Amino acid sequence: MTEVVDRLVGFVEALRSKGINVGPSETIDAAAAVEVLGFDDRGLVKEGLAATLIRRGGQRDVFDQTFDLFFPKAVGAPSATLQFEVDDVEVSDIRALLAMALAEADLRALEHIAEIAVDFLGRVGQEGTNTAGWSAFQTLERLAPSTLIVPALEMRTSSSQGAGGSGGASQQGSSGTGEPAFAERVARDEVRQAVEAFREMVAAEARRRTAEVRGRELVTQHAVRTGGNQIDFLSANQHELEELRRSVQPLARKLASRLAAKRRRRRRGPIDIRRTVRKSMGTGGIPIKPIYVKPRPSRPELVLLCDVSGSVSGFSQFTMLLVQALSAQFTKVRVFAFVNAMAEVTDIVKESTGAGGSELAHRLTHEARVTNWHSSSDYGSALVEFEENFASAVGPRTAVVILGDARNNNQKPHFEALHAIAARSKRTFWLNPEHPSRWGLGDSDALEYGEIVPMYQCSNIDQLSNFITKLLPV
Amino acid sequence: MSSSIQFASVDDVRDRLAEQGYIASPAVATTVYLASVLGKPLLVEGPAGVGKTELARAIAAAHQAELVRLQCYEGVDEARAIYEWDHAKQLLRITAGKDESWETARTDIFSEEFLLPRPLLTAIRNDGPTVLLIDETDKADVEIEGLLLEVLGDFQITIPEMGTVTATQKPFVVLTSNATRELSEALRRRCLFLHIEFPSAELERQIVESQVPDMPHALTDSLIRIINALRAMPLRKLPSVSETLDWARTLMALGAKDLDPELVSQSLGVILKHQDDIDKAREKLDVAQVLE
Repeated sequence: MTEVVDRLVGFVEALRSKGINVGPSETIDAAAAVEVLGFDDRGLVKEGLAATLIRRGGQRDVFDQTFDLFFPKAVGAPSATLQFEVDDVEVSDIRALLAMALAEADLRALEHIAEIAVDFLGRVGQEGTNTAGWSAFQTLERLAPSTLIVPALEMRTSSSQGAGGSGGASQQGSSGTGEPAFAERVARDEVRQAVEAFREMVAAEARRRTAEVRGRELVTQHAVRTGGNQIDFLSANQHELEELRRSVQPLARKLASRLAAKRRRRRRGPIDIRRTVRKSMGTGGIPIKPIYVKPRPSRPELVLLCDVSGSVSGFSQFTMLLVQALSAQFTKVRVFAFVNAMAEVTDIVKESTGAGGSELAHRLTHEARVTNWHSSSDYGSALVEFEENFASAVGPRTAVVILGDARNNNQKPHFEALHAIAARSKRTFWLNPEHPSRWGLGDSDALEYGEIVPMYQCSNIDQLSNFITKLLPV
Repeated sequence: MSSSIQFASVDDVRDRLAEQGYIASPAVATTVYLASVLGKPLLVEGPAGVGKTELARAIAAAHQAELVRLQCYEGVDEARAIYEWDHAKQLLRITAGKDESWETARTDIFSEEFLLPRPLLTAIRNDGPTVLLIDETDKADVEIEGLLLEVLGDFQITIPEMGTVTATQKPFVVLTSNATRELSEALRRRCLFLHIEFPSAELERQIVESQVPDMPHALTDSLIRIINALRAMPLRKLPSVSETLDWARTLMALGAKDLDPELVSQSLGVILKHQDDIDKAREKLDVAQVLE
């Protein structure tokens, strides 16, 4: 039993290192759950541990990946590979199998193929040394599953026109001749989703195999993605940026209720005589609990100045969308974008809220004049231009938030322009997506700008929501 | 003291819920079983319409237990959640007995007769098996969470004038949340957490078959494929299980044999609740036609 306890404690520690806060009481619950459920069914253990260790949505991905490392479903080379007698399996064979599985969207078959593919195509490094392992990237590179979407689609249509029902184990009757053609319209999306699922499977299998040679802790540390709220804006990949964009609306709702609560709590008005008397009826006419008039909400104006140059655009776009989604909390939100020229983009951002993908980035570069004759960011001239053209946007009720890494490409910083903005506004903040240890290094003017206006590190959603709820005046 | 609702095993949970028309995924069945064995409250999160409230209903029905429901809203307080004295009735009682001494009047007006029990007290005083459903916990104010912690921790409530009421049987507690607000860490720690996502295609097919038994298989299949395609799109409100079932029932009522573009286009309003979403979906489904 001690071995089980050790494994469980190791698992819990790995989860903690990935930002899932698991306390001792949860660990005890998890142990109790395992005791009740037994170890016969891996699926049951997984759900049991998930119920006791996870505390909120969005942690499930991290949990699943870590669970697969600590409680792997098999050890060593997968049984599926043993069916192949010959050593040299051709890439084309696996591709053919994969296309078939994709056409049928058969998840179990896909999983087998992922195991085989990683085993044959993914091996990297020298065996016996600490470079040995299995690479999901290499496997996918050689297999190129996205090129199989078209063949899989063809297979699908031909099988539904032909005899029908040919081995579609997971979809009884769906490939029969009675299949209405209309549903086929979504077939392309379905195959694409199957490819995405296959990629995940390959990544999971590669992690499992590598963990066996390199140790679970190491693989957890490097290969398991961190949860959505901890993703670094600057190092996020395309997939993660999509994820961030999708989280804008729910996050905005959450922040809005926090802001509203903060505003409610802050002030109370004079006694409301009518409602106090009415309330006192319940206590025989004695006004035990006075009722106050709710104060009229005074909402600040918000002006965002966003650096949209390549280096920080992910961060800026996310923040723009978020602030726009929060616009009900402010009297007025105006958004300005710049690289080295300042342009107002309030309308573009407003229209893009809710639309996913790279639509916003595209429109920002094509419809707004954010660059002059060169395309590297220049905070100094952008700030000067803001003072010249949009000075009226900043008044005594305005909070100004500047988003950017303050990397000025050795141009003139024009501190006096920032001074002027800060002096006229109610509050001015600077949010910098870089870690403070890098401020002031290289072409960064962060330290100098930071002396004029308070500068905060803001590299993930947690820090951003913290800033919005704690610091922004409401 | 374990929960008054007991299941024999995970399979038992699944079978008994299925009898009530609730098709549970392995995650749901396992967590419900654990909650009954460990005697912990169950915190259920997930998008609207995936059957969070329905789960509590099914658990109660499976045991012929009484379902006590506390619907949370902004401003819900002790008086609405635990108990309240019936002030009007107390005043009447005092005026009716003009000549009696204060001592007798006091013992009399703070008695059972003048107590208005609210859901939490009702659930704790109940002798039979009870399922306590605290719905939309995230809508309530933060202060109520503190109150819940106290009640869910010891399952007892102190009424100063009458003494402490302790539960003879722990009710099975289900809290639901739509995650509009972060629930406090303390409350989360005391609960088992269950996140219900949109079901897999296979599970959803079973759900449709159990709820709309007359539906032809081919129609169910294409219906679920379209729903899943819509869920992959960036819509404001994704269609949920309840929308799937509504759509299935609509199609049955219309006497549809299979899905054709005309029909889908007309009945999109059943599954999508925003005009932009409907426009987007129409466009998407037509674009696919152009490609073919």
